[in-house]
Amino acid sequence: MTATTVTPRLEEDPAAGDTIWTERTSWLDSVPRAVSMAVVFAVFVGLWQFVSWLEVVSPIILPTPGETLADLIFVGQNLLSGGYMLPALWITMKEVFYGFALAIFLGFSLGVLVGETSFGERAIMPYLVAIDTMPKVAFAPLFVAWLGFGIESKVALAAFIATFPIIVGTAAGLHVADENARMLFKTMGATRMQTLIQMKLPMGLPQIFTGLKIGAVGVMAGAITGEFLGGGKGFGELIRVAASQLNTPRVFSLILYLSLLGLALFASVSWLQRKIVFWHKDRVGETHA
Amino acid sequence: MILLSTATPGTATADSPRALVYELSDVGKTYARNKVVALENVSLTLGKGSFSSVIGSSGCGKSTLLKIMAGLIPPTTGRVVLQGRPVTGARRDIGMMFQQATLFPWLTTVENIVLPIRIRDGRAAAARAREQAHDLLEVVGLKGFETVYPNELSGGMAQRASICRMLITEPAVLLLDEPFSALDELSRDFMNMELQRICTERDATAFLVTHSIPEAVILSDRVLVMKPRPGRLAEIVEIDLPRPRTLDMVTTPKFGKLVDYIRNLLDKEADA
Repeated sequence: MTATTVTPRLEEDPAAGDTIWTERTSWLDSVPRAVSMAVVFAVFVGLWQFVSWLEVVSPIILPTPGETLADLIFVGQNLLSGGYMLPALWITMKEVFYGFALAIFLGFSLGVLVGETSFGERAIMPYLVAIDTMPKVAFAPLFVAWLGFGIESKVALAAFIATFPIIVGTAAGLHVADENARMLFKTMGATRMQTLIQMKLPMGLPQIFTGLKIGAVGVMAGAITGEFLGGGKGFGELIRVAASQLNTPRVFSLILYLSLLGLALFASVSWLQRKIVFWHKDRVGETHA
Repeated sequence: MILLSTATPGTATADSPRALVYELSDVGKTYARNKVVALENVSLTLGKGSFSSVIGSSGCGKSTLLKIMAGLIPPTTGRVVLQGRPVTGARRDIGMMFQQATLFPWLTTVENIVLPIRIRDGRAAAARAREQAHDLLEVVGLKGFETVYPNELSGGMAQRASICRMLITEPAVLLLDEPFSALDELSRDFMNMELQRICTERDATAFLVTHSIPEAVILSDRVLVMKPRPGRLAEIVEIDLPRPRTLDMVTTPKFGKLVDYIRNLLDKEADA
């Protein structure tokens, strides 16, 4: 004999409405990116215009957005028509390029030494950490004294600043490989060099590129600081001269053009990373600096 | 009837009627750093085409044993001989598989599979081995995935590819370190049956380290039960279930008896 129990239906309030509902999202988060960026820019320029109009700050110190725009166009025309600013930009570009190349060479070599050998880790890493904690810009006068007022002292300072993040990135990258990957290479009878080149380095590429990106930012700062303190004929010198003449619109526009150079360098490193480390999904435009 | 060959701990030996491939005699490992005896007097033989499993609680020295057999670490006592030559380092005739598939994401599936050849014999030899890799991929049911990158493979597919990588050098012995324990239960059962099929087809000699008693029983000819502190062989259980083994054997009384017997052995070790 079996007993069946009928489960009574759940009492429902007929006035409660439908079961289909939508998740609430803020309208602010659904605005397209281009629009949000344009709005932020407009608000910034508006505030700037407002402050200039109030004249709470002397117009000599803070130019109006209009003045800055006019100067931005002037500098742009000068650069495009091959005026006196173009050679200055070229000099700074060379400093940045050579500085970065030198930093990549030194940073990578030292990074491998420190990350791969226990000698490097024990005997060299402590010194590198000690130097890294020093304010590296303070070495600028030394580089000028050693290498003169030419491009060399700026290249040296730029490379000096950019080397450390690349060392750290490379050394950290070489430690990414897990126990399984190491054992696997051991069972294949791989030599130390094979393990390094065919496994540890490719595995560490995301970290190495992080170091390169931070280095790319640092190399710009190094080159300009070098020019401020060591003279020469670069873009930093133009900024210094404009500032000493209280030509603030010029300072602003020069900085903006300089930032384009920095952006281009950073973007090329990011592009290279996406091409080479195709398996690693890094957020586009992600910065670690 | 169930055959149980008991042996006194310390001098445990397992003899196989088939031609011997691998022989360990009185192998021991003491770590000099903390003087811990990880392994004591382990003697065992692997016959050609046999499937043996080793099971034991953590710390019983089974991974130390496997590492010694793979030539990854040296033993402190005893002899380790594979195909007549002592094992003193990584060897081509030893194939190994780990818990993680460890396929490299910058290499395609087929490039991952021929990697052992590339490491040992160079790029040209690796290129020549591609043909063989295609055949192996067909054996494990991964035909058509040659140029796919590992990111696009599921966990089970990645382990199939790593089986191919292990087989590409045509090793004399397969050392399996919990190869499917990272997979879900269903894939795991399926992969175990695949492993059996591949081993039978190739008459491969396999040595499996596992935590799962049913897995050890369903796959093996013999299950080696290990005892911790110090790690040693406690007992060798012969599994006389007929071959080929199928998944529905797990419901037979014989299978249940074997699993119970091994579980009791392990419980006894845990209490001791």
